[in-house]
Amino acid sequence: MSNVVSDRKYTKDHEWAKTEGSSVQVGITAYAVEQLGDITLVNLDVKEGDTVEAGKAFGTIESVKTLSDLFAPLSGKVTKINKDLESKPELVNADCYAAWMVAIEGSVDGADLMDAAAYEKLLSTLDH
Amino acid sequence: MTERQETLKRTPLYDLHVRDGGRIVPFAGYEMPVQYKLGVVGEHHAVRNAAGLFDVSHMGELTLEGPGATQLVDRIVTGDAAKLEDGRALYTCACNEGGTILDDLIVYRRGRERWLIVCNASNRDKIAAHVGALTKGVCSFEDISDATALIAFQGPKALAVAAKVGGADLASLPSFAFREATLAGVACTAARTGYTGEDGLEIFCANADAARLWDALLTAGKEEGVAPIGLGARDTLRLEARLSLYGNDIDETTNPLEAGLGWIVKLDKPDFIGKSALVAAKEKGLSRRLVGFEVTGRGIARHGYPLLDSSGAVIGTCTSGSPGPTVGKNIGLGYVPSSLAAIGTELVVDCRGRKAEAVVVKTPFYKRPAR
Repeated sequence: MSNVVSDRKYTKDHEWAKTEGSSVQVGITAYAVEQLGDITLVNLDVKEGDTVEAGKAFGTIESVKTLSDLFAPLSGKVTKINKDLESKPELVNADCYAAWMVAIEGSVDGADLMDAAAYEKLLSTLDH
Repeated sequence: MTERQETLKRTPLYDLHVRDGGRIVPFAGYEMPVQYKLGVVGEHHAVRNAAGLFDVSHMGELTLEGPGATQLVDRIVTGDAAKLEDGRALYTCACNEGGTILDDLIVYRRGRERWLIVCNASNRDKIAAHVGALTKGVCSFEDISDATALIAFQGPKALAVAAKVGGADLASLPSFAFREATLAGVACTAARTGYTGEDGLEIFCANADAARLWDALLTAGKEEGVAPIGLGARDTLRLEARLSLYGNDIDETTNPLEAGLGWIVKLDKPDFIGKSALVAAKEKGLSRRLVGFEVTGRGIARHGYPLLDSSGAVIGTCTSGSPGPTVGKNIGLGYVPSSLAAIGTELVVDCRGRKAEAVVVKTPFYKRPAR
């Protein structure tokens, strides 16, 4: 079973969302990393100040084998992007719960997201 | 995500793949491991630095025997099969009358009129039907794929490890030669061939013996770092070595000349299926070429991505692409007009709307060092 941490919320597309101050940091879960394998590229289609919409793609993440869309867990203004991932995509493999990709203005409270228990339940239904 | 509609077959090594943490995916009608615990990049390096075991039992094996077999094989393939000696194999392809590629193959001359043809799993039914029809009234034909296991053992340490289980004499096999052998007590046929750009063997044995042979090689090579390798690393290894993948780089819409496989086409041979079309294509001049390129911009080329010229016009398609773990670059193959095929030509890869600069380079991207 992939590692799930309890201090944040989750989407069905295997992104995590964590409130940090007045923004929500967004990354991908250990399950997503396991599925992708060695991450080789993180491409963000947004910059600071842009607006993202919940459920819409804001970028892509690529491994050696494949490419996957990154979906916004909530709607709002992008307050920050993690520029480190541009040159060091392997940070996602090293610690996916620290390697946030974008920060979106707002809070996870009230957003339509799963808590850790619900996300773990979703994972238990997936083919491993 | 999972494709369960069709009944997928399993090779005799399936249980070992699951035991060793292989992630199983549907591939060419089989449940095959795409990667094990090391992951694609780890497995890629294991093969380049030590050796790896690949289950390629899903590939097709066809036998032809009897007077006329040699002449027929020579007519089916583009290469000089009739000139092979016993115990020698040839990388070649079979074309249709139109000169496009039905499959790329290795043909093995086992005796004067005894042949083994190995074809891609995805083309097995097609090639069996094609070859089977041509053998009617000529020689015997059998599709032995379902009874035959095939293990590729590739990497700089492969021969040394094979020597530990009774294969000491295999080190003297020349490239593309094969012979009967007994490895770990298993009667097999070992060929000095492969699909990784490394030295190594491809070993045929009966289904019932495959697991024993696999585990014997894995155990004997433990110290050397021998690992099981999935389809993912098989693809990155072959791409770095610029070995074609049927269905990606070559298919029934491409001819071997434009695919850079002119070296396996012997147009001076008396005849073969597709010869006249290929002679005509060559006389007319090839309109496009399969070239290798490095992505110099930010992006990873993938199968199907459009290739653009510097003005932004679509000029071709990427047929294979991925990061190359050994070369340390994002690399790819694609068809471009012959006028844009020269080394150094600047291209652009359209990575789902993101434009990444690329440049045509010499291939193979990777060539194994002399050891």
